[in-house]
Amino acid sequence: MSLAKSLCRKRNRKLFDKIGMKKYSAFALVKEAFNNHLGWKRAWRSAKPKKKYKIVIVGAGGHGLATAYYLGKNFGIRDVAVVEKGWLGGGNTGRNTTIIRSNYLQEESTAIYEKSRSLYETLSQDLNYNIMFSPRGVMMLCQTEHELRAMKRTYYANRLFGVQTEIVSPARMKEMIPIININGPRYPILGGLWQPRGGTARHDAVAWGYARAISSWGVDIIEDCEVTGILKKSSKVVSIETAKGSIACEKLCFVVAGSSSILAELAGFRIPVESVALQALVSEPIKPVMDCVVMANTVHGYMSQSDKGEMVIGGGADGYNNYTQRGSFQHIEETVRALIETFPIISRLRQLRQWGGIVDMTGDRSPIISKTPVENIFLNCGWGTGGFKAIPGSGWATAELLANGDPGRLAAPFSLNRFIEGRMIDESVAAAVAH
Amino acid sequence: MLRFICPICNLPADETELTPGGEAHIQRKGPGSSDSEFYEYLFERKNPLGIHFERWLHSYGCGKWFHAARCTKTMEVFGTYKAQEVKPPRHIIDNIKKKRPNWKNE
Repeated sequence: MSLAKSLCRKRNRKLFDKIGMKKYSAFALVKEAFNNHLGWKRAWRSAKPKKKYKIVIVGAGGHGLATAYYLGKNFGIRDVAVVEKGWLGGGNTGRNTTIIRSNYLQEESTAIYEKSRSLYETLSQDLNYNIMFSPRGVMMLCQTEHELRAMKRTYYANRLFGVQTEIVSPARMKEMIPIININGPRYPILGGLWQPRGGTARHDAVAWGYARAISSWGVDIIEDCEVTGILKKSSKVVSIETAKGSIACEKLCFVVAGSSSILAELAGFRIPVESVALQALVSEPIKPVMDCVVMANTVHGYMSQSDKGEMVIGGGADGYNNYTQRGSFQHIEETVRALIETFPIISRLRQLRQWGGIVDMTGDRSPIISKTPVENIFLNCGWGTGGFKAIPGSGWATAELLANGDPGRLAAPFSLNRFIEGRMIDESVAAAVAH
Repeated sequence: MLRFICPICNLPADETELTPGGEAHIQRKGPGSSDSEFYEYLFERKNPLGIHFERWLHSYGCGKWFHAARCTKTMEVFGTYKAQEVKPPRHIIDNIKKKRPNWKNE
């Protein structure tokens, strides 16, 4: 490359790196319309790693970016880097079915998921970035007597903890969701648990919005930067080795979902997590037929309709360890076969895309937000099949843990110690979701 | 789809005939063991990116448990062996080493 060219490229990069955040508004849109939309800036800088940061977060998915955001917002800590093996939001943040709800059974879960859901309500305004939160309501079907009993129990628990849910009769359900078949021979609908303030959001926008906010504060988001080694000195981390060189840090936080065990291995400890594939698929777009999210847990399927009109379908997780980001075909087949009985209208829909993500399952199906055996390494993982809904709350709690060195009220129950102490937060049956 | 040769019936078994049983060779700790030892037995897993020794149940076949060596990155199966083996037998290790010279058995 000639010298002139390289200088020019350097200058361009500097210009790019200098972008200030531009406020998005109706006014800005009109102004840009007169300017042929040439004035929009990149939403976040592509950064080169500095030599040292106060806090390094591994994983630029929703949870990692949210952690960086609440570190800056709630604690004023902005000497932070978020390093990412692939691209921003390219893991499970970009692979989920975007469902947001907080109707869990256990008090500890309800606290963090409800915090998360309530943060989602104002997230677009907070970030000045439209995350398209749509509180369209989440309906959990009860298709067996046992499930109905379990859901009633959840409903009473939700009432106690101030989460608004209600039990819906089959007749009312038919009114709310006309395409549902309540008399299915194998899976009749006996009722449902309805959370009116649950819903969906645009998953990518959540990651992009957080990235834009933290980048404007000077937090470095370093993509394409795999962590290859962790350097310890007297049981404390001093720096990490990455594809883009060595980065020193005072505190290190792993927020890498399915890859948590690999990083823990590098850091010299093991965690109670297994990685399995979870799949989803999306149909061709059709006219609006269903204006809420439906979860059919007996048959391991859940469905909602995207704003584009596609039916977004999620299934059950595979049962064996897997890092391939694709799952077994028979799981898709099982999910679709069962959903067709409940929603006969979808039987002729063509499926456009199918994909898989690697989820990190813990023994009690509850997450881990915790200190680790290494003094200045912190861990956020174990969200399993339901991490998207937890992004803001998880970031909030993890930021608190990182800033203070000790967990706050939200994170405390989710420590690694709970497995040794037998203090499980059992959501594997309680949440009644497809695990 | 995954396919194993069941070491009991010596027949190929598809994933749909089988039930996965997680990591193999986990030894139950005896009486008097500490809480953290029991934690290791109950919850802590290697969860490797690479060769994984695991248990499978031939539910729609002979109904017996067996062990398998499989790569979690490529889904390649390196062989199966009986559930009575307390560690991976020689021929399985050799087979893995032949295909993955850099692999270390921990």
